[in-house]
Amino acid sequence: MAKQHRALGYLGFILLLAATAVVLYGGFALLKTIGGSKILSAAFAVVWGVGSVALLYFVLNMGAERLPRRARAILVPVVFAGPALVLLFWFLVLPTLRTLWLSFFDDTSTRFVFLENYRFAFTDRIMLESFRNNLLWMVFGTLLCVGLGLVIAVLADRSRWEKLYKAIIFMPMAISFVGAGVIWKFIYAYKGEAAGIQEIGLLNALVVALGGKAQAWLLIGGWNNFLLIVIMVWLQTGYAMVILSSAIKAVPAELLEAARMDGASEFRIFFRVIIPVIEGSIVTVTTTIVIFSLKLFDIVRVMTGGNYGTNVIANEFYMEQFTYGQTGRASAIAIVLLVAVVPVMIYNLRQFAERRAFK
Amino acid sequence: MRQKIITLFAILTLVAGATALQADPLSDAYAGKFKGTTVTMSGPFTDNDAVKFNESVKEFESRTGISIQYEGSKEFEASISIRVNGGNPPDVVDFPQPGLLANFVKTGKAIDLSKVLNMTKVKANYIQSWLDMGTMTGPKGPIMAGIWARVNVKGIVWYNKKAFDQAGYQVPKTWDELKKLMDQIKKDGDAPWAIGIESGAATGWAATDWTEEMMLRTTSLANYDRWVKGQLKFSSPEVRRAIQTWSDVWFGDGNVYGGRTAIATTSFGDSSKILFDNPPKAWLHNQGNFIVTFFPEGLTPGVDFDFFQLPAVNSTYGAPVLVGGDIYAMFKDRPEVRAVMQYFTMGESLKTWVQSGGALAPQRDAQLDWYTNPVDRRLGELLKTAAAVRFDGSDLMPGAVGAGSFWKEMTAYVSGTHTLDQAVKAIDASWPK
Repeated sequence: MAKQHRALGYLGFILLLAATAVVLYGGFALLKTIGGSKILSAAFAVVWGVGSVALLYFVLNMGAERLPRRARAILVPVVFAGPALVLLFWFLVLPTLRTLWLSFFDDTSTRFVFLENYRFAFTDRIMLESFRNNLLWMVFGTLLCVGLGLVIAVLADRSRWEKLYKAIIFMPMAISFVGAGVIWKFIYAYKGEAAGIQEIGLLNALVVALGGKAQAWLLIGGWNNFLLIVIMVWLQTGYAMVILSSAIKAVPAELLEAARMDGASEFRIFFRVIIPVIEGSIVTVTTTIVIFSLKLFDIVRVMTGGNYGTNVIANEFYMEQFTYGQTGRASAIAIVLLVAVVPVMIYNLRQFAERRAFK
Repeated sequence: MRQKIITLFAILTLVAGATALQADPLSDAYAGKFKGTTVTMSGPFTDNDAVKFNESVKEFESRTGISIQYEGSKEFEASISIRVNGGNPPDVVDFPQPGLLANFVKTGKAIDLSKVLNMTKVKANYIQSWLDMGTMTGPKGPIMAGIWARVNVKGIVWYNKKAFDQAGYQVPKTWDELKKLMDQIKKDGDAPWAIGIESGAATGWAATDWTEEMMLRTTSLANYDRWVKGQLKFSSPEVRRAIQTWSDVWFGDGNVYGGRTAIATTSFGDSSKILFDNPPKAWLHNQGNFIVTFFPEGLTPGVDFDFFQLPAVNSTYGAPVLVGGDIYAMFKDRPEVRAVMQYFTMGESLKTWVQSGGALAPQRDAQLDWYTNPVDRRLGELLKTAAAVRFDGSDLMPGAVGAGSFWKEMTAYVSGTHTLDQAVKAIDASWPK
């Protein structure tokens, strides 16, 4: 009787699995035919996409739960992590390998040129300029973001208006990079010099009001990189600030009290007590922003398009691939960028592991 | 009599038969066979251009029931590659640069139009050079990659006619007269030229147009053709001289409104507007005829503004006409897409655009009386009566140069980041081998 019952259960499960497959595939087929109405297909895609994935998990989990305890222990993680791993492999690992493969071929991906594209990536004048600029972004962008974030977090911590200050600093985080680019374009705008010209740029308005001469800010070689970095600092300081602020608040009060009892100055407490305690958070924020500045693209694209000596690696990659049609070179640049980011990422993951963020 | 009728009948049958054999997608469309279908299209038309394009295809849409959805983008040059290489191209793509299309033809992405259109009609409706410029080399040899739609005449100097006449200025016929006019304007306390080359990710293209116009005016047509093909280097004395000729105009003290640095930060479309300030802040603006869509609204062509062709620099070479244009290519083959493409080979697809100004039609069946204003009619005549016509060189060069280093280096040169020597050498180095 029990056996029969179980067999029926399996049959039911298989039917359920088949039904799930039908929903998954049928929805996809249906989505292709809807096509015409964009709103309808978007709505359908959301409902079907989320719904069918949830259904798939539910059904697979139900199947796994029915299995004997030992098999279950192995299968349940596979059921939950498996689809994600497959998708990760499909969308991340395979494209990376293919990019590596393409980086050894010419612009039409047909002729094998071996390391020629890498020779380009490390010798071309514009690439060298991009490397230099990315280094600037990495060093100054990160230092300023983390430094300012830390200072503001500490100072705000002692202020009556903490929430207000933090809200103001944090607000730019809500703006996209392209949006920020548009805003800053107006700040740096330059109209030229002639009778009757009205500068509409905020920075030039300030400079002129103080008796200075209007400048074409984004055209000033060398300095223009820093003017662009300021935009990232404006956007990202808030992120550093909130993380560091919460870390500072977690510093045990007894520790600070003990230090004060021992007669340590506030500076000493900051450098010898607070900083060591929140070191983990500082490292995490720093590595995140470093990776970020290595991959930086939007600000440069919107503000200068890489002109006037402000190009960065990601923008050059984009130009090579999508404007010049140089697939091989673009792939090589992408691989170089990946290789540059990986050590930082590994370091970052190590930090997570040490702090048991994954356990 | 009877004999005659039979002959006539026979001829009619033959003609009908021949027409039936030579499948014509357009007549199917007009018969309503593709009612309710949609053809997607991508290109660089935005703002006013997009409105005029939609206006011009409206009649076709209502007659056939085919809906043409045009998606315009200012980042078109970059975004179209993502879509085509990502395997998700629109049905029809409108390229302002044949060089960019040639990239896709090379990898076999574009459809050979000679296999899907009624070519007898197409060939009858374009002069040979347009057909030649639409033929490109694919992996299996040359194909008919695209057909020409709206074309522009470049090297046109626009001016505010009312103010110009009032100030007593004369239209210059030679380079020397132009220089004298510039001196006169400066003496009167204004800047002669309004110039801007900012254009988002495409910043610098306006400077490449000037380079081409000067190439046509300071060296032979043969040299121009060699230059476009990459046989004559940018660092050659000929190209350097061409760039130097416009540099003298651009960088000369007080020649351009806002000064040299403002050229790179001023949008090409905005730069023309100051011609119509009262009083004008600058007096001359050299740009293709499409620029009239950027002029302030409510101006009457021929009354409020007029043009003269940029004069010859050297009488040996004269002033050949530089043209640009939009070439439409097909990336997905469906019957309704064929019909739309066939329609685009007809002058009537541009009729309302031509009538509302800002466009010239390259098709033979386009009528001169469609040009409703004297300015456009004179432009049309200029195109027809030109001793020599050449296509915009940067648009014919490989993408890495024509949409890349040429723009970027001219921008760097104008902004003072690079010297002329550095700029031309960098362009030569970027030419794909």
